[in-house]
Amino acid sequence: MNEWAAIWVNLILILAVLFAFSAMLSWIERRLLGLWQDRYGPNRVGPFGVLQIVADSIKLLTKEDWIPPFADRAVFVLAPAIVAVTTLLAFAVVPIAPGIGVVDLNIGLLFFLAMSSLGVYSIVLGGWASNNKYSLLGGFRAAAQMLSYEVFMGLALMGVVMLAGSFNLRDIVAAQENLWFCIPQILGLATFAVAGIAEARRLPFDLPESENELVAGFHTEYSSMKFGMFFIGEYVGITLISAMIVTLFFGGWLGPLLPPLVWFLLKTFIVIVCFILLRAALPRPRYDQLMTYGWKVMLPVTLVNLLITGAVVLSAA
Amino acid sequence: MWNSLKTMWIVFLHMFHRRATIQYPDEKPNIPPRWRGRIILSRDPDGEERCVACYLCAAACPVDCIALQATEDEHERRYPEFFRINFSRCIFCGYCEEACPTDAIQLTPDFEMGEYNRKNLVYEKEDLLIDGPGKYPGYNFYRVAGITIGGKNKGEAENEAPPVDPHSLLP
Amino acid sequence: MTTIHIDNRPYPAKDGENLLQECLSLGFNLPYFCWHPALGSVGACRQCAIKQFKNEEDKHGKIVMACMTAAKDGIRISIDDPEAQDFRASVAEWLMVNHPHDCPVCDEGGECHLQDMTVMNGHVYRRYHGRKRTFHNQDLGPLVNHEMNRCIQCYRCTRFYREYAGGRDLDALVLRNQVYFGRHQDGVLENEFSGNLVEVCPTGVFTDKTLKRHYTRKWDLQTAPSVCVHCGLGCNTIPGERYGTLRRIRNRFNGAVNGYFLCDRGRYGYEFVNSGRRVRQPLLRKNRTQLLQPVSKRAALQHLGELLSGGARVIGIGSPRASIEANFALRTLVGRDQFYLGISERDLRLLASILDILRKGPARTPSLHEVELADAVLVLGEDVANTAPRLGLALRQSVRRQPEKIAKKMGIPLWNDHAVREAMQEEHGPLFIATLANTRIDDIATRTFRGPPAELARLGLAIAHALDPIAPQVPGLSDTAQALAGAIAEKLKAAERPLVISGIGCGDKAVVEAAANVTWALCNMGRPAEFCYVVPECNSLGAMMLGGGSLETALEAMNDAAADILVILENDLYRRADAALVDRLLAAARHIVMIDHIEHTTSAKADMVLPAAAFAEADGTLVNNEGRAQRFFQVFVPRGEIEGDIRGDTPGDIQESWRWMRDIMVVGRGDEGQWSSLDDVTAACAAVIPSLEPILRAAPSAAFRMDGQKIPRESHRYSGRTVMHANVSIHEPEQPQDPDTALAFSMEGYSGHPPPSLIPRFWAPGWNSIQALNKFQDEVGGPLSGGDPGERLIEPTPGKKAAYFENIPAGFEPRVGEWLLLPLHHIFGSEELSILAPGVAELSVQPYLALNPEDASNLGLTDGDEVQLRLRAQADAQVDVKADDSANTTATTAEVFRLPLRFKPELLHGTAGLPAGLTGMGNLAGVALPAWGELKKV
Repeated sequence: MNEWAAIWVNLILILAVLFAFSAMLSWIERRLLGLWQDRYGPNRVGPFGVLQIVADSIKLLTKEDWIPPFADRAVFVLAPAIVAVTTLLAFAVVPIAPGIGVVDLNIGLLFFLAMSSLGVYSIVLGGWASNNKYSLLGGFRAAAQMLSYEVFMGLALMGVVMLAGSFNLRDIVAAQENLWFCIPQILGLATFAVAGIAEARRLPFDLPESENELVAGFHTEYSSMKFGMFFIGEYVGITLISAMIVTLFFGGWLGPLLPPLVWFLLKTFIVIVCFILLRAALPRPRYDQLMTYGWKVMLPVTLVNLLITGAVVLSAA
Repeated sequence: MWNSLKTMWIVFLHMFHRRATIQYPDEKPNIPPRWRGRIILSRDPDGEERCVACYLCAAACPVDCIALQATEDEHERRYPEFFRINFSRCIFCGYCEEACPTDAIQLTPDFEMGEYNRKNLVYEKEDLLIDGPGKYPGYNFYRVAGITIGGKNKGEAENEAPPVDPHSLLP
Repeated sequence: MTTIHIDNRPYPAKDGENLLQECLSLGFNLPYFCWHPALGSVGACRQCAIKQFKNEEDKHGKIVMACMTAAKDGIRISIDDPEAQDFRASVAEWLMVNHPHDCPVCDEGGECHLQDMTVMNGHVYRRYHGRKRTFHNQDLGPLVNHEMNRCIQCYRCTRFYREYAGGRDLDALVLRNQVYFGRHQDGVLENEFSGNLVEVCPTGVFTDKTLKRHYTRKWDLQTAPSVCVHCGLGCNTIPGERYGTLRRIRNRFNGAVNGYFLCDRGRYGYEFVNSGRRVRQPLLRKNRTQLLQPVSKRAALQHLGELLSGGARVIGIGSPRASIEANFALRTLVGRDQFYLGISERDLRLLASILDILRKGPARTPSLHEVELADAVLVLGEDVANTAPRLGLALRQSVRRQPEKIAKKMGIPLWNDHAVREAMQEEHGPLFIATLANTRIDDIATRTFRGPPAELARLGLAIAHALDPIAPQVPGLSDTAQALAGAIAEKLKAAERPLVISGIGCGDKAVVEAAANVTWALCNMGRPAEFCYVVPECNSLGAMMLGGGSLETALEAMNDAAADILVILENDLYRRADAALVDRLLAAARHIVMIDHIEHTTSAKADMVLPAAAFAEADGTLVNNEGRAQRFFQVFVPRGEIEGDIRGDTPGDIQESWRWMRDIMVVGRGDEGQWSSLDDVTAACAAVIPSLEPILRAAPSAAFRMDGQKIPRESHRYSGRTVMHANVSIHEPEQPQDPDTALAFSMEGYSGHPPPSLIPRFWAPGWNSIQALNKFQDEVGGPLSGGDPGERLIEPTPGKKAAYFENIPAGFEPRVGEWLLLPLHHIFGSEELSILAPGVAELSVQPYLALNPEDASNLGLTDGDEVQLRLRAQADAQVDVKADDSANTTATTAEVFRLPLRFKPELLHGTAGLPAGLTGMGNLAGVALPAWGELKKV
């Protein structure tokens, strides 16, 4: 009974915090971008503009929820739900702190990879169902991009698995008691971070959206809360990837003095800020550059990392 | 790679720079006189309407938001009977001012024109006409034009010879 | 055809034609001022300079004026030569030296040939800063505005006004760089073609004074191809609308009809559309003691539906000033046997005989252009300068055909205008004018003849007899008349293209028949003779072809069985027939439904008035005097009566007459959806009346598209779309839809050249003035590309022999104490609609009675005295009573009229003149002239 209650409390609290955080993230991102561009960013609604997101959600909710007459209705409606659901499901396995977390799967990492692979369907379906050439191009790009980057995303994590000897995320955190994997797995970290950004379709890898070529890419035809779902999905996605990076490479909740939860949140937040900084600083690559980078640089680097890690683990054994 | 990181560092440092934003409306910006804001109709140095209702502003307007009707006073001085600008359509491109041959229509630095009712953005001549010459003091179209108006006969404009007498046989 | 080399490329050209015309025809943009396709070349402005080279090796060349150089085989010229370009630019600069800084307040601005040419020459910067020459302006009357400062001394105005149109009161005065174009003093321009100066002048010296009162630039006008409704010639026009009112009329070139010019009645009569006398909403009264009250369209139709229910007997009276479609719709509503044409028995007989003559004889009726080609003309009984002014202008050109041979013999090409005129001197080709009184084209006549209708008919018959002895001989003809007839016959016989002009203007059938006899006599001799009948109204012939009885027969029918409803279409019956007859006609109907666009005496007596669309607000087909069916198109959607009503939002109650008929049919009989667009009516009409079948081809149907698009009525620069209605509603109204035509009330649509009958305006890139027309012709000055609009309905059967008319009226015998009152037509005043235009009204004649001074002094009267007129019973007055025994026998009211006297020395003893159709003459307007009347000193 108690167990169930704990799970439910966990679940609801995590969901609430996650949603609140993702929502706040849009404000944080805009404030940070503003700061890095010598502006203020949204600072009018509430103290420091924190209520901007409230204003934005009211706006999004009251906008006309329009489905184009030429769209494939069912798929069009379904697509934004998929992205929200898969990213949220993936979050279930994230070990936030001892005792905090939805489930403790012993194949947690694989579950995470599976869920993030499913997420691509949302984009592809949304782009296809819109029946708009820009959306369709966005969908194509998403499909190709996800496919290419997922290959080494999984491989990049194999080093960590080898070192930890487990797919269970809590075990992996525990394995970093002495040394965070960011040191031995520096290459893995670099490749996973890149793949993660690409999976979350964040700048500089937002080619499926690329406003200046494709209007708004896969979500050109989306309005109101359906657009909002894509939007939330993206921010939950960033949070997820950041949480995974922290879990896999920066020791998760581990840290001195402060409680584990605070450490986890702090580390995650720093990674998110780095992602936003990336957006502020780097331009979007050309599509062919993106592909070249994925297949000709990142994949070999990942394989090299795997080789070295394997060799080290073998020799240590 | 190194380049990207360097860029990120430089961008990061901008966090500590001075903000360029002016905190409007708490802080009023300093707007240059050639700002393209609210459109006005000016008067010539004699205090008469400058607009001669030539329709060029209306023709130049890319959003077709200017309409007017020409009429004449008893001395054949032409002026607009009505002059209407729909500011809910205006894009403040300034083409009307460029097209105006008499410096009558001018854009001003005033841009605070927000309204809750679109209808209030339709300005008639009474709303547009100001009392002075605006940005271009001194110019008076009818002083250089060849047509006759009240108080100015043929040959009395700038750089005009006295009228030819068609009944004279003198060479 | 020959080959000329322009900038080292060969092009085909017409041998001997001037190079300017050839270059323009080939599509080159060569600037010019003084040249005009209708006026020829004089080489005055030096603007069309080009380089001519001796041969291929010649790189130097010499500058020549293109308009004065003939195209010869192998000639090598250059338009783009830098020296020629410099030359042209400096000519433009020099012409601009004294040109005032007026463009913003100039009415020509935006359609100014001088602006176009200055831009074409690349003269963009003014170097001259000295003093400008100035002139005082003249007041030239209510139609034409004068602003002499703008003149560039191209001489086009005087060349048109004096040499082409025969005016005498406009000339070039003074000398050197002070040349002044004006009258000797202020005053109304006398010539009835003065309005063309507006289009002929390449800049803003002469502008449209009526436009000035409600000025709008060319690009802001909503325009559509239309046809003039102020006489029977059917000149093509382009009316322009802005903010719901008609602003002006421009000439629409039709090579076969009006060419480049319109008369002032046609150009300035348009303002009746804006008149305060327009009916703008349905008016109704339920009994005749009440006044007409405005009601809604629904209430009016509902009331009509109630009246029609239960098999009411409906009589319809059509109109010769309504379109074929409107008349046909009425005919369909009431049934063929209950449809009457709305003209008097006498006019009906006259028109019927004209239609008959046109149909059965071997002679053909010429277009106006073909009139210009005639080389010997007899005008019998028609004062064309007043009843069909544009025909008078055509005659002025026809008298040049024979003298042109002198120039030809001397080897002068006909386009070399000044040289040709020098060679011709004062020579005029044969033109004989036999009319009731003096006409304004008498100055070019070879011989004139004045007399009452019977004498004119006898002269005509005598000419026919002189040509062909089989034609009936006229007994008791005077020697002078006999000699004149012989002389005329001689000239007509010698001509290559003889032409006889007559009409119903003098109200006599014998005159019409005499003209036919002359033409047929010529045809029987194998001459290609043509005749041209002037009809009084824009659709007189069209209405006749529909068929139907006169007002008198309508009255008879209503006497036999009273009509429940009398539907009158666009017709003021008091102008058609005697007031007493109309009174009885109106009294015989229980309910009178009037469908018209203006209020008049008849509409005041109606029980219901429904607002019809005027010509600029409706589409339809008109048949002109040539038998040419021409479509006119709606220019704008009329406003309603309601204040602040704007186009599209709440369309007014005004609608086309045929739509009213359809609505009445729907409420009365419930035949829903019979006609939904004009095409349906036209098609139904063509199906029912086979002789009208060609009207289907008068213009493309509503389904016609160019590149899948409609043709826009608004120019691509049309301004104010998002603001013009903003004072009423900030929500922009939807564009009105047009189910009837291939034109759209929009700026959007096909931007290239539409087919000739659908051209809404003449504009081409770089050519904003009316001269853009050059780009719409395959050969400049020739027909429009794709053929001149209009479909001829009546073609003669060649080789067919027609029997001569044998009726010979007795000679005129003066009576004691009675005078034969003759109709005198006036260009300004005799026409019903144009008189509602303020400019035309200002020029209109005032009521008068004309007598020769001798008769007047016998009565003890002098010029300006008041004279009392009492009309005799009309049966006596019918001159042709012997010919038409069934002519109406209704007596006129013994009303007494008082009119000021005017001397007219040319009137015969025993005859008097009365202005025809003048408003302000009371019931006299409806009296069929000629008629006998007693005159007395007041």
